[in-house]
Amino acid sequence: MTEPTIYELSSPGRLGVRYPDPDVPLTPLPTEFVRDSLPLPELSEPDVIRHFTRLSTFNYNVDKGLYPLGSCTMKYNPKVNEEAARLPGFALTHPLQPEETVQGNLALMYELQEWLKEISGFAGVSLQPAAGAQGEFTGVMIIRAYHKARGDTKRTKILIPDSAHGTNPATSAMSGYQVVNLPTDSNGNVDLNALKNVLDDQIAGLMLTNPNTLGLFDVNVVEVNRMVHEAGGLVYGDGANLNALLGITRPGDLGFDIMHFNLHKTFSTPHGGGGPGSGPVAVAKHLVDFLPGPIVDIIEEGTEEEPPLYGFCMPSKSIGRVKSFFGHFGMMVRAYVYISMHGPEGLRNIAEHAVLNANYLLARLRNTYKIPYDRICMHEFVAEGRWEDAPGIRALDIAKRLIDYDFHPPTNYFPLIVHEALMIEPTETENKQTLDRFAEALIKIAQEAHQSPELLKEAPHNTPVRRLDEVKAAKELVLCCWIPEN
Amino acid sequence: MFIPHTDPERAEMLQAIGVESLEELFKDVPEAYRYPKLNLPPALSEMEAMAQVTSLSQANEHARELICFLGAGAYNHYIPAAVDMLLRRGEFYTAYTPYQPEISQGTLQAIFEYQSLITALTGMDISNASHYDGATATAEAGVMAYHYFRGKRNKILIPPSVNPQYRATLKTYLAGYESLNIVGDEAEVDPLSTPDYLLNQLDNNTALVIVQYPDFFGRIFDYTALAKAVHEVGALVAVVVNPLSLGLLKPPGQFGADIVVGEGQPLGIPLSFGGPYLGIFATRSEYAHKISGRLVGETVDVAGNRGYVLTLTAREQHIKREKATSNICTNQGLMALASAIYLSLLGKSGLRKVAELCYQKAHYAAEEIGAIPGYSLCVNAPFFHEFVVCCPRDVAEVNEHLLEHGILGGYDLGRDYHSLKNHMLIAVTEMNTREEIDLLCEALQEVSHD
Repeated sequence: MTEPTIYELSSPGRLGVRYPDPDVPLTPLPTEFVRDSLPLPELSEPDVIRHFTRLSTFNYNVDKGLYPLGSCTMKYNPKVNEEAARLPGFALTHPLQPEETVQGNLALMYELQEWLKEISGFAGVSLQPAAGAQGEFTGVMIIRAYHKARGDTKRTKILIPDSAHGTNPATSAMSGYQVVNLPTDSNGNVDLNALKNVLDDQIAGLMLTNPNTLGLFDVNVVEVNRMVHEAGGLVYGDGANLNALLGITRPGDLGFDIMHFNLHKTFSTPHGGGGPGSGPVAVAKHLVDFLPGPIVDIIEEGTEEEPPLYGFCMPSKSIGRVKSFFGHFGMMVRAYVYISMHGPEGLRNIAEHAVLNANYLLARLRNTYKIPYDRICMHEFVAEGRWEDAPGIRALDIAKRLIDYDFHPPTNYFPLIVHEALMIEPTETENKQTLDRFAEALIKIAQEAHQSPELLKEAPHNTPVRRLDEVKAAKELVLCCWIPEN
Repeated sequence: MFIPHTDPERAEMLQAIGVESLEELFKDVPEAYRYPKLNLPPALSEMEAMAQVTSLSQANEHARELICFLGAGAYNHYIPAAVDMLLRRGEFYTAYTPYQPEISQGTLQAIFEYQSLITALTGMDISNASHYDGATATAEAGVMAYHYFRGKRNKILIPPSVNPQYRATLKTYLAGYESLNIVGDEAEVDPLSTPDYLLNQLDNNTALVIVQYPDFFGRIFDYTALAKAVHEVGALVAVVVNPLSLGLLKPPGQFGADIVVGEGQPLGIPLSFGGPYLGIFATRSEYAHKISGRLVGETVDVAGNRGYVLTLTAREQHIKREKATSNICTNQGLMALASAIYLSLLGKSGLRKVAELCYQKAHYAAEEIGAIPGYSLCVNAPFFHEFVVCCPRDVAEVNEHLLEHGILGGYDLGRDYHSLKNHMLIAVTEMNTREEIDLLCEALQEVSHD
């Protein structure tokens, strides 16, 4: 099943939207700057609606079914969030309006900052970063600014466990740091001896994901953080996996100095087919002045009759701006609604059921799939997608076969320290029946892998397209459709 | 609500796991730090939560209740109803990055079409799948140029006429490259100088020159000569655009741009208090392997049918790790979709029409405001839909008066430029009627009389 491109559907002279004629006297156009041709397609509104509606049906999505992508927290996206973000008072406010005309926005941002601080155990929050990776970048730049402000210029290295997400080393390099890899021990925790050996006065900090990408809570986390601090470094917590910790423990209490949130993972804002995300950053007390800004503060305390007056402030030693304006406000509205509908007990419920669901799947699959680090997991776990007696079968084949059973596959080939990794994160919003069907599909696929491997090798069978030639795509590099000359 | 478990189901699941209680699942968490008491308001029902945020939203005044002449990087344009109707399809907004192409062809083809529309608009060869916004796309142009020259060229030139927030973001992004200098926008430079002043700062150490088109003050310059001079010293040129203006104006691809970046918000994305927006990033094909962010490419499946995949992934962080061109992962997929739908709907004649409406209305407004005693235009070049007005009083005071008349006045340039105190940047779009422009003039006149 294929759909023509928007250019192939174009018919010269067709119009999708009509605009009024100018109601002002005309000024001559600056002819030397006017373009000769504008090669955009020409379609009617129904053409456009049908084209994109047909395209949408080619997508798997959370509204359709289980999307157990490990490290992505593909939970259900409450519909009320979408209504809230589109309220005209939010969606139609200009970011540069006078502050007194946007007190509602500022109040919402202020409260969200306060809530995120409370949930994570940190002293300050900036909502500005656009996504997790930008939150990481912000965090590492704060580490850099902190050492610099103390005149400590020797620190040129960042420690990153070998289980870390690829954004961690990419971020460190982008921030001018040299990356030092840290091995994982046989239980899936940071190897304390290895840590001890590399810690010195050149280490600016450690980037640690906890629960880590194996889905395991590092039992030594407090000790790890203490050791890094003792050596003069700071610890950055990658908050990608915060869903497992809501109401269970607070990273700030565990000794982390900095952490980013993914509002699009933990706090249910939709993933949008690859963004927009939102990656607020929280810091401990000694780093509050370094946060990117502006951030919202109370300018004038409220009284019994009057609410406080909110305004934007720039932290005194701020690393600066990491993007335009104040962050992804539309995502903040969604997260705000989500948190207000949960309260303290509701948040703890989220973590408990996310962890329950992951452990239930783990229990159902343990006898069929090899679990390299097999202990009680947090919100996700990693299995191996290979068997010695089913040669040639790879994690990729299992993933593709799952599509035939109408499930989105788990993350594969990550983390890198597990062979043929299948990283499974069901989230708390899946019911037991769905989890049972998913486990049964995976068990059935394991049988097929041994008895009729071609079913896996040729999968998926019933999708709009079959397996695609990625080598051709990279070699011939066609990055845009044929565009007519004029 | 959103957690479906019943008590018997929960009990059955705990039993299958082999634990007695939910608490037993969290034994790895140090006991001293387990179960903090969170000081958060108690849970609200959906009805109450919606009432609460509605009341917050009503504490704002917004750009449709007010008559909006505020731009400076975010613009009040009409968004056809069809755009949001399509964005609300769960098939689009509840999907994630298309890691499994067989079940993500909707997102992949839509991004491929977005890339195509952006190359058509900018006159470049290739576009990536998006950056976060105009500011970060500009910063990524700096990162790309730095790496293109392997850190051997240590100067980036940028004039004060590039959006102040983009310049600030560029500086934050590049702070880790200690040897790199970002020059050209020092406080003593006249912010309204024309771009040729950059010419005598060009040298063999220059990696990149960044200019804006139309610039932050709305002015349009021909950068052909500048681009030629930049290329003569072997450096790259990045042009920051307002993509909507390209419905009318010559694309930067025609005057020698190597990189085109910009804020995609004018293309069908609501103001939403500053985000989420859309970072546009386009370049020439020879830099395909240097570009950061995701790229969608066309290919075929095993049966020979056309399909789309994420391609050149070997540049990206999940493969290259510390050697990646950028750390970007999640970007602005849904916003790219919004702009693809917007550009498809408006098409060739619609986008030209909107751009011309902006141009005409802005020129009418400028003419009228320029005639008000006490106000003068600071326009020494052709402009698109924004222009600088010198006011008889402090801009904040003028705006306060305008607000009393239900008018959201222009941007106070004194906030970013010391020498432009009393200077206001006014934006006019297709949304502003002649009547509204006349009201603005009347209200401005009242201030000048004081």
